[in-house]
Amino acid sequence: MLLEVNNLLTCFYSDKDINRAVDSVSFGIPEGKTVCVVGESGSGKSITALSIMGLIEKPGKVVNGEIIFEGVDLLKENQNYMRSIRGDKIAMIFQEPMTSLNPSYTIGYQLDEVLRLHQKDLNKKERYDKVIEGLELVAMPFVQEKYSEYPFKLSGGQRQRVMIAMAMMCEPRLLIADEPTTALDVTIQAQVLDLMRELQKKRGTSILFITHDLGVVAQMADEVVVMYRGHVVEKASVKELFTNPKHPYTKALLNSIPRPGKITRKSKLETVDENVDYLQFTKKSCKI
Amino acid sequence: MISYVIKRLLWAIPTLLGVSILVFSMIHLAPGDPALLMLGEHANKESVDALREQMGLNKPLLEQYYLFVSNAVQGDFGISTLSGEPVIDEFLERFPATVELSIVALIFAIIIGLFAGIISAVKRYSLFDYVSMTTALAGVSMPVFWLGLMLIYFFSIELGWLPVSGRLGYEFDIDKVTGFYLIDSILMKDYEAFWNACKHLVLPALALGTIPMAIIARMTRASMIEVMKEDYVRTAKAKGCTQGQVILIHALKNALMPVITVIGLMVGTLFAGAILTETTFSWPGIGKWLINAVNQRDFPIIQSTTLIIATIFIVINLIVDLLYAVINPKIRLN
Amino acid sequence: MGSKALEFYKQFKKNKTALVGAYVVVFLIICAIFAPILTQYDPLIQNLDNRLIPPFWSKGGSFTHILGTDDFGRDMLTRVLYGARISLTIGIISVSISLSFGVIMGAVAGYFGGLTDLIIMRVVDIMLSIPAILLAIVIVSILGADLFNAMIAIGIVGIPTFARIVRSSVLAEKNKEYVIASRVNGSSDFRLIVFVVLPNCTTPVIVQATMWFASAVLEAAGLSFLGLGAQPPTPEWGAMLADSLQFITTAYWMIIFPGIAIFLTVIGFNLVGDGLMDVLDPKLKEK
Repeated sequence: MLLEVNNLLTCFYSDKDINRAVDSVSFGIPEGKTVCVVGESGSGKSITALSIMGLIEKPGKVVNGEIIFEGVDLLKENQNYMRSIRGDKIAMIFQEPMTSLNPSYTIGYQLDEVLRLHQKDLNKKERYDKVIEGLELVAMPFVQEKYSEYPFKLSGGQRQRVMIAMAMMCEPRLLIADEPTTALDVTIQAQVLDLMRELQKKRGTSILFITHDLGVVAQMADEVVVMYRGHVVEKASVKELFTNPKHPYTKALLNSIPRPGKITRKSKLETVDENVDYLQFTKKSCKI
Repeated sequence: MISYVIKRLLWAIPTLLGVSILVFSMIHLAPGDPALLMLGEHANKESVDALREQMGLNKPLLEQYYLFVSNAVQGDFGISTLSGEPVIDEFLERFPATVELSIVALIFAIIIGLFAGIISAVKRYSLFDYVSMTTALAGVSMPVFWLGLMLIYFFSIELGWLPVSGRLGYEFDIDKVTGFYLIDSILMKDYEAFWNACKHLVLPALALGTIPMAIIARMTRASMIEVMKEDYVRTAKAKGCTQGQVILIHALKNALMPVITVIGLMVGTLFAGAILTETTFSWPGIGKWLINAVNQRDFPIIQSTTLIIATIFIVINLIVDLLYAVINPKIRLN
Repeated sequence: MGSKALEFYKQFKKNKTALVGAYVVVFLIICAIFAPILTQYDPLIQNLDNRLIPPFWSKGGSFTHILGTDDFGRDMLTRVLYGARISLTIGIISVSISLSFGVIMGAVAGYFGGLTDLIIMRVVDIMLSIPAILLAIVIVSILGADLFNAMIAIGIVGIPTFARIVRSSVLAEKNKEYVIASRVNGSSDFRLIVFVVLPNCTTPVIVQATMWFASAVLEAAGLSFLGLGAQPPTPEWGAMLADSLQFITTAYWMIIFPGIAIFLTVIGFNLVGDGLMDVLDPKLKEK
């Protein structure tokens, strides 16, 4: 296992109460594989990702658990260590490509910055070559011009390519992708997913892929973790999950996918029932 | 970019013309005969006629306006009715003092305001945030002239640390090269005079800079808090930037944009505040001179000062707009 | 309407700083109204035997003159209390001037648009290109230096700010369905502006009026300090400060109290304005 998350508890504090956004979450990511975390919005997927990155900020806090990466428990390490890993061994891409790049700096500057932070032995020329190479790797057209372009001149798909290039710049062991395609058009979405898979094959990167889209899961995942209200309700290989879902919530989730042929005009699309607390079906349910 | 510059330049012209019309019509808006107003009710007929002739008040209005503007463009603002000296000479003699005070006050306001604003935003809800924002809140409501008096009372009279008023001790003599004592004293290599000029500057600059400082601090804090929530700040953290790099490289540049606009708008306010501060500290700038002119109804002085300050104000705002375009790639490149 | 007012009151009460501001404002109004009851002295009658008595906590002071006396033996507390009357009057009169002209200009510019708009907004730009107090000084120099002219001057200085605000809200409102519906029903332009559009633009105007009240008090005090507003012996705070300048080494109480009074008034109205902005229109604050 490249990364192991054990019994993670992340809470958000307010005047009135404590929100256990991620509760007793455990899963692992094997080398070179893709693990998808699925769940509806607010299920704690993104908080899990940010906890791994060490980017939970006040009023939130990682309260308990272990995050073991390459044999080291990240929760026991200090900020300096985390910073040296971030963008280097663990990289992350986000949902909103339109706002995730700094509008005041050129694409080149923002890519170059990663190398300046993590590969201090490279000189300017070497860094430039590497950035260009990185942009070519994500199939960016007109790489040299794009280097000195500002983000607002790029389309959403191009910006997400830049984000991926930025994340892949230091050849990370683990790439965390937080709904990287949700904000993109369907055709662009497919291109970006292809690109990520291709990069994974080339570099052997493990991917933690967060999404609410089961279609994307089917395309990307080796293993799937289903999250619901901060808890992991089911862990399975992708094949098993789609053929033999065990947990009622997973079943409900799968049934809510519209499939051609399945829907007649009379039948309604099934939905996840908001009034049901699916956690009651979990064996070792640890309610608040 | 160039078309943007030209557009902004052209936009300033009608405003300037409007200001000149407003300033020109001042004399004619005042109730009563302008010449009589200026000379006082007991002036004899000959001197009133002479003044009329000298100021061209007998000519048709349009011609008067044309003369006023064409003279003003050449730097001729008429003759002070009180001293008989050309207004522009008197103005230029006093103006550097006002500019020096305003610039020092602004630098002080920008440095402290930005610093306090950034730290308050980063350490939100901390003691520092609480104290500096309460101070800033008090600062925006502070009457500058009163603050000046209080500063004099504490630092000059009670503690005796700093001089009460004026620009330089009597024992010093500085050749006027630039008119800025801080620069002139260094040019003369008279460091004691420099130090003395500094000491004279501290309190007036502090008083004058307080409101701008408070505004900048509040603006910077609000703007930084907004920017720190942006996705690209999270990206910077995910890249492995240090907190310092995140704040200074990624957040600050974006947060400064609205602050710069506000600083530009404040320059005019600063000149105006200088009038009050100068009165409190007996600072020999244009403030006291102008107030005296208003009391004596020396219209050429009032007109020239208003016109010049309004022009400077318009030009500075123009510069700020262009500066804004330079740092904002979206405007620069479109 | 009653429940709306109640809701507003509840929201406003939650905002602690605004509440403090409101207390200050109420306190000032009480001082202004009840000044003759709160003090037994007259603000103008001189008593040269009692010159420059320090406040009660200083050596030589007593409770007969709690805040001491000025250079003509007049009770400081009395003069500061009566000063509240003058400052509140200044605020009311100059804000009324700015408000009425500003609203008319802004509404006409925003509603009719085109050349009317262009001309009015040019005038506004010109007025704004002269720093506020300088413009006030110019106007006072035209009209002559006294308190009433200072109020007029400050009132005029405030016009462009109100005009801009009203114009932008009229622009935002005028193409909404309810206005168009009213126009289709045959309402005249005047009716449309006054009874249909303007009532929906009140929020920013109320906020601005409160803030401008603070500025008006501050600027009037500034003008009086420069000798261009209230003239001695009027117990106006700025004029009192101008008078105190020559006593700065001997009578600190002459400086402190009028200044505190100005500061409290300005901060009180500013806080209330801030609070109103939060409660009435949270979006406004973000601009």
